[in-house]
Amino acid sequence: MLIKHTIASDPKSFEITSKAAYLKRRDFLKATLALSAAAILPTSAQAYLPQKIEGIIKSPFSTDEKLNKYDDVTSYNNFYEFGTGKGDPLDNSGDFQPKPWTIKVDGLCNNPGEIGIEDLMGQYQQEERIYRMRCVEAWSMVIPWVGVELASLLKKFDPKTEAKYVEFTTLFDPKQFPGQKYPIIAWPYTEGLRMDEAMHPLTLLATGIFGEELPPQNGAPIRLVVPWKYGFKSIKSIVRIRFVDKMPTSTWMQQAPSEYGFYANVNPDVDHPRWTQAKERRIGEFFRRPTLAFNGYAEEVADLYKGMDLRKNF
Amino acid sequence: MAGKRKIPIKPFVFLVCLLPAFWLVYGIFTGTLGANPIETILRDLGDWTLRFLLLGLAISTVRRLMGWAWVMRYRRMIGLFAFFYAFLHLAVYIGIDHFFDWATIWKDIVKRPYITIGMTALLLLIPLAVTSPKIMVRKLGGARWKKLHKLVYPIAIMGVVHFYLLVKADVREPLIYGGILLFLLGERLYRRYGESFQFAKSIR
Repeated sequence: MLIKHTIASDPKSFEITSKAAYLKRRDFLKATLALSAAAILPTSAQAYLPQKIEGIIKSPFSTDEKLNKYDDVTSYNNFYEFGTGKGDPLDNSGDFQPKPWTIKVDGLCNNPGEIGIEDLMGQYQQEERIYRMRCVEAWSMVIPWVGVELASLLKKFDPKTEAKYVEFTTLFDPKQFPGQKYPIIAWPYTEGLRMDEAMHPLTLLATGIFGEELPPQNGAPIRLVVPWKYGFKSIKSIVRIRFVDKMPTSTWMQQAPSEYGFYANVNPDVDHPRWTQAKERRIGEFFRRPTLAFNGYAEEVADLYKGMDLRKNF
Repeated sequence: MAGKRKIPIKPFVFLVCLLPAFWLVYGIFTGTLGANPIETILRDLGDWTLRFLLLGLAISTVRRLMGWAWVMRYRRMIGLFAFFYAFLHLAVYIGIDHFFDWATIWKDIVKRPYITIGMTALLLLIPLAVTSPKIMVRKLGGARWKKLHKLVYPIAIMGVVHFYLLVKADVREPLIYGGILLFLLGERLYRRYGESFQFAKSIR
């Protein structure tokens, strides 16, 4: 056993180490601890925290229906990239880093390029749009989105006249999207809109909900919102937008062509083969309510489909 | 095993089998069943129906493979719990999910294969539940009773198919149930025909 004899003339420890150095050392220790904790527990230490979005203006397109609760909107999600359970997106998105983020816009346009999420949020007026959201699984919510009209962004890239459709692609990164480790559906998730649908003023590129940036489980940092179509059309975490001349095959069309069509307009008269679409359960309500044609946006969008057989073009 | 035991095991097993139901009731009152509690309840009751069906089928398999005769004492109770959860599953589907909207329910039954199959399986469970008391075994006679209760095989198959058909893309979970069922049915087929296969091979 080592016995340390202290002699009165020995310097005291506080005399050797100045208070500043001592505090620095504490900071260093703290920082080291934080770093190693971050290495061990990346989810808790680095979890992305959505910030408030400044300068949002209201939109006349908003519904005045009662909003769903923030907790419900952010804990009950279909986002198979994080897992197929409704709670998986919240539970498994702790590692997701939506910043930095770039969206590539190319294909049949005169001005292809890229835009970073920060630039997009800085350059375009962010609007609040309170929309009904109707899932193909016969439930619905009312969500206060924040974002920009898709048309205003698309115009910047100057689509050519041959461009008839717009194709959207979700990020493919199994490290961040653990669900992509299994071939449940064909990754990356792909969606598409006809040019006139994409340019419609209701079609939104959402950057936030409830006045804050999108949390990962809701499709951070940027997603589509097409309120008159079933929710699966509103593709999340978009990295690429492409102008094309042929109708893109969306992921769900590829998965089950008899069940999911390209248009996927909300239609109470055309059932999904495995369940009725005549009614829906608004999350938070007990009784099912009747589903409205085009999810209640018929006045704005029904003209887009004039003369089309909506049974065939489901 | 039975003679000396002081703790009554059977009531304990009974309570354990009731836990999933208690859990749901607790969830309803504490509001912890998520954003869509009706869906959670419906799915949970369906899951537990399938689990009890497979557990019921596993009992005689365990007896044969492990030589534990005592497990047979719990078979009827497990089977009745399968019926209990199936009945609640149906009751919630009719009375809560669709709130007695008979027109929609009827359309579901005739138009959607997974509902047709699930409903058939459920109806077939009724005669099994009704004939579960010992007195019914005596009334029917052992052989006829046994024959009737073979219905549990198609019921379990229909239960798994019902689940498989209703998921949108991720079939992993129904396939797990399917795999367990395949093992339980395979063990029976092997026991019944396996030896004659070997016999047939040996004389060839």
